[in-house]
Amino acid sequence: MKITEELVDYVSTLSRLRLPQEEKAKMAGELEQIVTYMDTLNTLDTDGVEPMSHTFPLKNVLRADEVVPSADREVLLSGAPDRDEETFRVPKAVE
Amino acid sequence: MTWETVIGLETHVELSTATKIFCSCTTAFGGAPNTHCCPVCTGMPGALPVLNEKVLEFAVKAGLALGCEITKKSRFDRKNYFYPDLPKAYQISQLYLPIARNGRVDIGGGKTVGIHELHMEEDAGKLVHDPWTDQTCCDYNRCGVPLIEIVTEPDFRTAEEVIAYLEQLRSTLQYLGVSDCKMQEGSLRCDVNLSVRPAGSTELGTRTEMKNLNSFKAISRAIQYESRRQIELLEEGKRVVQETRRWDENKDATYAMRSKENAQDYRYFPDPDLPPVELSQEYLYRLLAAQPEMAPARMERYQRQFGLPAYDTEMITSQKALSDFFEAVVDLGAPAKQASNWIMGEVLRALSARGMEAADMPLSPATLARLIALVAEGRLNRNTAVTVFEAVFDSDGDVDAYVAEHGLEQIQDGSLVEAAVDKAFADNPKSVADYRAGKEKAFGFLVGQVMRQLKGKADPKAVNEAVRRKLTEQ
Amino acid sequence: MKELLELSALELGAAIRAGDVSIAEATQTALDAMAEREPSLNCFITAAGEQAMARAQALQAGVKEAKSPLYGVPMAIKDNICTKGVKTCCASKILGDFAPPYDAAVTERMAEAGAVSLGKLNMDEFAMGSTTETSFYGPTRNPWDTSRVPGGSSGGAAAAVAARACWFALGSDTGGSIRQPASFCGVTGIKPTYGSVSRYGLIAYASSLDQIGPLARTAADCAAVLDAIQGRDRRDATSLDVPAGSLLSRLTGDIRGMKIGLPSQCFGEGLEPQVADAVKATAAVLEARGARVETFSFPLMKYMVPTYYIIACAEASSNLSRYDGVKYGWRAPEYEDLTDLYCRTRTEGFGSEVKRRILLGTFVLSSGYYDAYYKKALQVKALIKEAFDRAFEQYDLLLTPVSPTTAPKLGESLSEALKMYLSDIYTVPANLAGLPALSMPCGFDGGVPIGAQLIGPALGEAAVLNAAHAFQLDTDYHRRSPYGKEVK
Repeated sequence: MKITEELVDYVSTLSRLRLPQEEKAKMAGELEQIVTYMDTLNTLDTDGVEPMSHTFPLKNVLRADEVVPSADREVLLSGAPDRDEETFRVPKAVE
Repeated sequence: MTWETVIGLETHVELSTATKIFCSCTTAFGGAPNTHCCPVCTGMPGALPVLNEKVLEFAVKAGLALGCEITKKSRFDRKNYFYPDLPKAYQISQLYLPIARNGRVDIGGGKTVGIHELHMEEDAGKLVHDPWTDQTCCDYNRCGVPLIEIVTEPDFRTAEEVIAYLEQLRSTLQYLGVSDCKMQEGSLRCDVNLSVRPAGSTELGTRTEMKNLNSFKAISRAIQYESRRQIELLEEGKRVVQETRRWDENKDATYAMRSKENAQDYRYFPDPDLPPVELSQEYLYRLLAAQPEMAPARMERYQRQFGLPAYDTEMITSQKALSDFFEAVVDLGAPAKQASNWIMGEVLRALSARGMEAADMPLSPATLARLIALVAEGRLNRNTAVTVFEAVFDSDGDVDAYVAEHGLEQIQDGSLVEAAVDKAFADNPKSVADYRAGKEKAFGFLVGQVMRQLKGKADPKAVNEAVRRKLTEQ
Repeated sequence: MKELLELSALELGAAIRAGDVSIAEATQTALDAMAEREPSLNCFITAAGEQAMARAQALQAGVKEAKSPLYGVPMAIKDNICTKGVKTCCASKILGDFAPPYDAAVTERMAEAGAVSLGKLNMDEFAMGSTTETSFYGPTRNPWDTSRVPGGSSGGAAAAVAARACWFALGSDTGGSIRQPASFCGVTGIKPTYGSVSRYGLIAYASSLDQIGPLARTAADCAAVLDAIQGRDRRDATSLDVPAGSLLSRLTGDIRGMKIGLPSQCFGEGLEPQVADAVKATAAVLEARGARVETFSFPLMKYMVPTYYIIACAEASSNLSRYDGVKYGWRAPEYEDLTDLYCRTRTEGFGSEVKRRILLGTFVLSSGYYDAYYKKALQVKALIKEAFDRAFEQYDLLLTPVSPTTAPKLGESLSEALKMYLSDIYTVPANLAGLPALSMPCGFDGGVPIGAQLIGPALGEAAVLNAAHAFQLDTDYHRRSPYGKEVK
């Protein structure tokens, strides 16, 4: 599988990473090497095999609908890089 | 050329559980910002989700009531995107195996609408713009509030059908007790997918998605606007662009939302933190058996048991809270017909004047029942009772205290009425003469004069009789 | 006091309960060793000596009522395990000085057992790496040879245990992150069955593969730690309802009749001969104690690494999206708007290995590639699980190398990502199948340790630990110290 710089740009944008121009080609090359190795899987026939998202047959792990007091707001906000008394703050996001 | 509008709906409904979908924080509406939060719903490193059993139960109940097939082996997926209202940068939702599929809703007039799927997911937080700093403030109280999203097939052709469906949906979910469906509080939200095509065509046109529709009125007007806009574009030989549009209530128009930075590629994949859900037939039977009496059944019963007209029963059962209110008033001893008349008249008028839903009505069934009893006992006339109703509605005030305080009790003493009639005849000899000369209108005038003297507290029937008696006496 | 340092955790615990050693003495001894060795090793990101001494004093009063054999024993915790109010940053710049408002389930359970935490251990950033060189806080060095890496990602944990700076440590293992550094540093470490230890409070790398486990001097120490931390936790929906707490009492050393399989594909190309020899010698020791060892074919080995990296990177790309400079941790100092804030924070806040895995994971989940990579990997994972199920119909345990080589020199590994990934070949299968797997020292090459791996069936920790215990009864590799001859 060929990994182009455009593809690197695309996945970078999706993951909110911004590689400097000089790193892009190198990253594309590394990813291509790895992805090509991942293509080894194509030599294995998996037709009709159910994809296994969870290793063990656990199911229906549920909790009761009972309120537990929420955390102290100050504790939740204490690590925020930008905040006020009540909320986390970010640059304008609302249209 | 004639055009056909094709509409599909995606409705988000907030489930009325006590706690959030994946943590034990309260779902209570309001609350100071970030006070209904914990490490799980604020996406702290290392925190893990655990599914609320009530969310599953409510979603399955809703699926069953909407005639869906329930997915026996269901699962949660992560929908990945960056936005400050989503602290984990992924929303836990269901893409691959939604809990329910392939349902049908009868919206009346012989029309049914297909339900494509119903799935569970978590709500996002609230963002508020701060104009002073031009920043956005993030409040995560709503993060993790349980939602079901109900996606219909593109089966609607008019705004009226859409509204009929939404009313039906709201009623069903309210009767099930799985949601209060309050549009003002955002517990029922609707996105409308709309396209137009030449009448008779079977291919779908390019659609737009409309958001920010906060009332049935807005939905209806947005559909009309957008349908007209698309038809005009096509008639001018232009193309409809597939995009998300926002309804502007004030301008009565939709406008395209700023396109996102990049293509929508949500990279859904099964959430490894949440084991799958597997439902037994037994579980489904149990929920089916426990299904409450829904609106159609209640309508039928009210007609049979109380002899109410079909129109009235339809109105009363249109909102579960209203129907519950009616039953409570009747249980307190009010004759069903009286209770129905009050609800059809004064109660609906009062709610509408306040832009209020029945679920939020301050008036208690006991207060209305007492008011009805006072009228029945002849201690309050109907008109005065309406005045009292208006006075006590907002505070659920004490009817007896109000009547006593304002001296509104109906005059029971016949001699007081007789005296007032005598005075009215003495003061208005011309009217008496007019009546005798065949002017029937004069009768009403005389009755009015008597009522005025008695400050409206007399029984109108008794006054009528007394006036007629005196006119025939002389 | 140096003799204390050579005791196993259980021996120290026994001495504490017998009143021969005070908890404060033990703690101070470890802190002294740390002070002496830390400058050349860099095992810790956050050392908490003062809190440790205070806790040691407080615990002393309860020594008579102590229930856990680890009561009073000083230990340390990998930096991706949450400790309330104590900086937990996954060795990443992006988490800044993040101090979690809560303890991980394992932190709570160790505290209940009466252990004394000495601090937080260095690691590869977000547990992504095999050398502990990707840490924002600088690399940890191998106590046996400071020009070499300690392995990773739990390199700080393995080095600290080997350096006698603590008696055991809690690490995490997603694709070998406990076992490989244990092997490189000559200590014993076990990744338990997936779901047997709560992940609540473990900062996720790949949620379906991550599991917390101990690194210690002996298999018996590991059993004691697992007894303290295994068991159902309602806060982790993937946590298994398993009876826990009896592993230590089941260590008999009796492995007569135990059937052990050696997958032939694990002894082929790429394996250093010295490592192969040491692992085969391990088989001979186990055979001498009555186990039956045979070689068998396990043909799926070549699919292990690709399957692992697809699944691990996919989950990581999603798990690490929450680090966006909004709620906690570090934020880029300058940005133009919201998107710029996200991009600069993440680009400058993550190291290059983490970014590479995020990009890979984003790629395999992205539209058009999901079926070819992610879904395919989940299908192969199902086949791998099946293959293990079949193998365990034949064998009680599997024996393999941990790593194809001994610890490489610093700076040798990072230049070639794919080559580094390929060295995870022997450790990732147990994560993919959720199985318990242990690494124990089984020899030395040029003065640095070699490790052997025992893999058991799901919830087969008792058999795995018992075989390792049997091996350690007859060998002394686990008793050797990088600081000279073993004392005993």
